[in-house]
Amino acid sequence: MQPVLQMRGITKTFPGVNALTNVNLEVRPAEIHAIVGENGAGKSTLMKVLSGVYPHGSYSGEIIFEGQERKFGCIADSEGTGIIIIHQELALVPLLSIAENLFLGHETAKNGIINWYEAFGRTKALLQKVGLKEHPNTLITNIGTGKQQLVEIAKALNKQVKLLILDEPTSSLNETDSNALLALLMELRNQGIASIMISHKLNEISKVADRITVIRDGMTIDTLDCHAEAISEDRIIKAMVGRDLVDRFPKRVPKIGETMFEVKNWSCYHPLHADRQMIKNVDLHVKAGEVVGIAGLMGAGRTEFAMSVFGRAYGRNITGDVLVRGKSVDVSTISKAMAAGLAYATEDRKTYGLILIDHIKHNITLANLKAVSSSGIIDEVKELSVANKYRKDLAIKCSGVFQNTVNLSGGNQQKVVLSKWLFSGPDVLILDEPTRGIDVGAKYEIYGIINQLADAGKAVIVISSEMPELLGISDRIYVMNEGRFVGEMPTSEATQEKIMRAIMKSWEN
Amino acid sequence: MTDINVPVAKSADFAGFIRHNIRDYALLLSLLAIMVFFQFTTNGTLFMPVNMTNIILQNSYIVIMALGMLLIIVAGHIDLSVGSVSGFIGAIAAVLMVNLKLDVVSSSVICIALGAAIGAGQGYFTAYYKIPAFIVTLAGMLIFKGLELNALGGASVGPFPKVFQLLSSGYVPDLFNVTFAEEPFNLLAMLIGLITTALIIYFNLADRRSQQKHGLAEEPDVIFYIRNLLIAVGLLGFSFLMARYRGLPNVLIVMFALISAFVFITTRTTFGRRIYAMGGNEKAAKLSGINTEKLTLLAFTIMGALAGLAGLVFAARLNVATPKAGAGFELDVIAACFIGGAATTGGVGKVVGAVIGAFMMGVMNNGMSIMGIGIDWQQVIKGVVLLLAVFLDVYYKNKG
Repeated sequence: MQPVLQMRGITKTFPGVNALTNVNLEVRPAEIHAIVGENGAGKSTLMKVLSGVYPHGSYSGEIIFEGQERKFGCIADSEGTGIIIIHQELALVPLLSIAENLFLGHETAKNGIINWYEAFGRTKALLQKVGLKEHPNTLITNIGTGKQQLVEIAKALNKQVKLLILDEPTSSLNETDSNALLALLMELRNQGIASIMISHKLNEISKVADRITVIRDGMTIDTLDCHAEAISEDRIIKAMVGRDLVDRFPKRVPKIGETMFEVKNWSCYHPLHADRQMIKNVDLHVKAGEVVGIAGLMGAGRTEFAMSVFGRAYGRNITGDVLVRGKSVDVSTISKAMAAGLAYATEDRKTYGLILIDHIKHNITLANLKAVSSSGIIDEVKELSVANKYRKDLAIKCSGVFQNTVNLSGGNQQKVVLSKWLFSGPDVLILDEPTRGIDVGAKYEIYGIINQLADAGKAVIVISSEMPELLGISDRIYVMNEGRFVGEMPTSEATQEKIMRAIMKSWEN
Repeated sequence: MTDINVPVAKSADFAGFIRHNIRDYALLLSLLAIMVFFQFTTNGTLFMPVNMTNIILQNSYIVIMALGMLLIIVAGHIDLSVGSVSGFIGAIAAVLMVNLKLDVVSSSVICIALGAAIGAGQGYFTAYYKIPAFIVTLAGMLIFKGLELNALGGASVGPFPKVFQLLSSGYVPDLFNVTFAEEPFNLLAMLIGLITTALIIYFNLADRRSQQKHGLAEEPDVIFYIRNLLIAVGLLGFSFLMARYRGLPNVLIVMFALISAFVFITTRTTFGRRIYAMGGNEKAAKLSGINTEKLTLLAFTIMGALAGLAGLVFAARLNVATPKAGAGFELDVIAACFIGGAATTGGVGKVVGAVIGAFMMGVMNNGMSIMGIGIDWQQVIKGVVLLLAVFLDVYYKNKG
């Protein structure tokens, strides 16, 4: 069978780095081709070469699409041939309607005057294809991320897509939306549209992919055919990291002490819609040396709960009590919450976690400048030694603590965020999606850090959408749904099925 | 100007260092180039002692306000009202000193406190009600322009008491009686210049030694020595010029003290660090326990106090409070910060950059006036320079 796309011997260098070395990729017609690799392996660079973001001439090697050599100078060139890329950060305008977004740049216009009837008609047809029932007039901001992802695909269909590239399409989707998206990909495959899917989620890949190309350190390691043999997740991971991951979660013998942290009867309302109760009478307790997981689907209210506890960073009309070591504490502002021993590492490190334009050293000390200063004057030598200590302890890979955090990989950015909160000297750490979007190797290191924190007698709360992760690292799991805690179980008794059952049961009531 | 390059990267390689810090050096070199250019086109008038003194006096109030504006811009805001506020405070000073015959010291204190209060008021709306600073200070610009006219009753009020005039037209009195080339020579000014130069170089050396001890020094030796040599030549030459006229203007001392204070605040204090963090990513700063509202309020309060001081300096210089005082100052002040490398998005900018930016505008104003270029073309040229400076900044940022 003639492949629809061949990329041969692609080499791309940036000053000082070989991003891609002689990479080969072959996509057959009507197949779902997964590309996997650790962060920084070169997946995104490869897709940027393919889509013309890096124009012809800035790389070596050749791209053959539909039997013809292509020399894309810009994204419009690649889109013109039917190669459409959907980025992780969606390119939709939130305050425009679905129809307006679908035709943005390709308006159904004559002499610059838009024919909205035609646009609506075609939007309806396109939405039907991707299984959306929304009205074309609905604003993008009013539909969830899962549906937005589908709108992106509808947009691609509108451009006569022949090869669809999805970069981490399900990273911010819950299980239901992810499944809908994967089902759509398979439907498109039946219609003869090939897709390339970049993903960290190996379970999804083994569900839908026909073939898998593994990239490591800018080189093609292997292409696995899922129909020729059964591919286990371990096999993929081994190819990705170049070593056997005997255990994805480091072992820890819990040394659980007294109750460290309690939240009692916690309630909070939506910051804008005062009548929407987001958190409903939540009770939680964590002991010293204990890692407690909070499981739940996207939108269950986990982040909202954590942020409302952490100095009312979210919500209004907040009621409830917080106790640290059995004593009631004031957490009404973030600095008071920090003084009470709390720390919250956000799920969105780029927006809420880091000063991206500033360097590692400044980011690490930001939450505890007092400790490196006296009467408001910073001791730079002390600050430097603090930064270097955390760089060493957490194995932050960087050229030095003066490197700007924007240039770090996701895993190392996360380590900087963790360093910041460790340096603030908390007793209670709330880690919100601590491993989102980071690769397998870095995940393992983060788990190690969490274990060390627990061993040091801290109370650790981990919020995660990846159930295997929660089962692997926590001692006890709360299940949250629609603003309530709907289940609590020791990890020894917990399974993914049990957690899902708790969520499903809460809907029935 | 001791702090042209705050360490950014830890590398000792020469080309890499230049590339990394090109912005800072380019700025200083541009100022030098402009000065040399006007030295020729004005047939040597620019560097004449009396003219250099004039440039300092003419730009003092812009420099003073640029210090506060830099904080505001780094914090991610803007203040359009500073021109009106400085004019209004000048008017109040006239009312207090000339009409009400209040003494100079209490009047000045009241004026600066009033400026701070105005800044705090604007900061309050910006910080706690999240009204964009652009809107709040645009309103402030109108309000205080109006109040200025009202306070003066539409006419100029003056003259000010002698003591007050000394703020802008006084000089540090000479203690010696020396002549040079058959003209009086202010030895004290020269001595102060010498001592300051020695101190700055001493501190630079001490800083560098401590940097080297901790493996922090990333500026190559050659550049360090050339930089210090230039600072020495510049300062001594400048002192020499000042000494040949009437010595050091009082306002120069005020300016120098403020510049030093603001360099220190922005580079070494927690307050400064938090301002940069807030401008870089307000949400992250907030979630790190930083009280961003209070910080914004404080930045605007400082700006207000400086606008008040600038208003006094300007009134003292003219020796009269006019209804037109302050008009358009905000544009020069904001331009100075952006020419000096501050980013419109916040989080980036240096005090020394803003000061150099202010003097660049000042030297251009002065040079073009001496050349006899009309006010019309002066505006055009200043606009082009502002656009060019920011364009080059953005261009090299995207390339790098």
